[in-house]
Amino acid sequence: MNKVVANADEAIRDVGDGSVIMLGGFGLCGIPENLIRALVRKGSKNLTTISNNAGVDGLGVGLLLAAGQLRRHIGTYVGENKMLESMVLTGKIQLDLVPQGTFSERIRAAGAGIPAFFTPTGVGTMVAEGKETRDFDGRPYVMERALPADFAFVKAWKGDRMGNLVYRKTARNFNPMMATAAKVTIAEVEQLVEVGELDGDSIHTPSVYVKRIFQGELYEKRIEKRTVRRASR
Amino acid sequence: MNKPGKDVEKRERIVNRIARELRDGFYVNLGIGMPTLIGNHVPPGMEVILQSENGMLGIGPYPIEGQEDSDLINAGKETVSEMAGTSYFSSADSFAMIRGGHVDLSVLGAMEVDEEGNLANWMIPGKMVKGMGGAMDLVAGARRVVVAMEHTTREGAPKILKKCTLPLTGIKVVDTIVTEMAYIRVTERGLVLEEVAPGLTAEDVQRATDARLVVSESLKVMES
Repeated sequence: MNKVVANADEAIRDVGDGSVIMLGGFGLCGIPENLIRALVRKGSKNLTTISNNAGVDGLGVGLLLAAGQLRRHIGTYVGENKMLESMVLTGKIQLDLVPQGTFSERIRAAGAGIPAFFTPTGVGTMVAEGKETRDFDGRPYVMERALPADFAFVKAWKGDRMGNLVYRKTARNFNPMMATAAKVTIAEVEQLVEVGELDGDSIHTPSVYVKRIFQGELYEKRIEKRTVRRASR
Repeated sequence: MNKPGKDVEKRERIVNRIARELRDGFYVNLGIGMPTLIGNHVPPGMEVILQSENGMLGIGPYPIEGQEDSDLINAGKETVSEMAGTSYFSSADSFAMIRGGHVDLSVLGAMEVDEEGNLANWMIPGKMVKGMGGAMDLVAGARRVVVAMEHTTREGAPKILKKCTLPLTGIKVVDTIVTEMAYIRVTERGLVLEEVAPGLTAEDVQRATDARLVVSESLKVMES
């Protein structure tokens, strides 16, 4: 078994046109920077991306948008990306907005063998239109379907050669569910370590979910909103 | 028109009033913008744990300059710090926590609220849709939902309506509305006006409100 690949380009060698790709990250926090850059270099077209946000202009999923590689985006909040706005308004891209808890649970369900579930979120709103609703114990719920993908691009802090992953702070976000929900999960890590170096009790994503892993480079890890206080306070 | 100084004053009244709803041991989710400021007004001696839907319990203050960490942000994508006892988790766990009714209080902004406690705060048809983020899950799942907003639009039009006109975030989800003019509770009897800002009467508040207000028998002046 060898899951380690040399770099991002090798990791995405078989991502073809029309692929459905999940990308971890909340805003720019915990995004797979190396895999996104490689996907821009590869130039795959007509892609569907599943990611909470659409990056910002010129970073994250925003790079794929700018390169004209996306046909459709599924996410929960895209307010930071102005290019997406104009592309949606001119019909160049299809945008599907999903409530964030429903989005994360649909991805979790896809990885856990659950085809659909009932949630109270969105009952009586636009997101419930055309969907089955059912009362349980006197309260209405809407049925939501699992959301799987062909590839998941995840970013972890540390990973071992077997594919076990550990995330850091709020960079965890959607990465763990996405790692379970795709046919092929590719992990990029800041530190690739030997098998046995990670504490088994502290692993967030067990190795079974990860097909390919590599150590990323040139992480920008840009901060979207730098908010600070003075030391004296 | 509103002057910036006036806006700050309004916001402070709203934030201070909602801070008085906090109780020791509460787990609270604060929305982006004005609700976030409530975190700075937790009464002394009270322990309130702030939840951030991007996967964190125990948000601390903004970091000291030079200690920003790009892996540590709140749901508004601002850099934050951690408290002793902070925990991190996935987005699926975060929303299980929210949807499962484990969060005591959710405070968020609104474009419109109506008599039934319906809330609209994510979309204006014909304008660019930015997305609902976690708002629909928060209002569906939190034990108590408090709306923090200015009483009217910038043009002076009511935001508390008989019936919401914009696409909804949730139906029958709002428990309390706090504005710079009033403290209003959503009840079976309709919207009950419980407190008015200093210097205002119940009639003043009604005039700025489209929905019919039921004036509480124990109407009070809003403290801040």
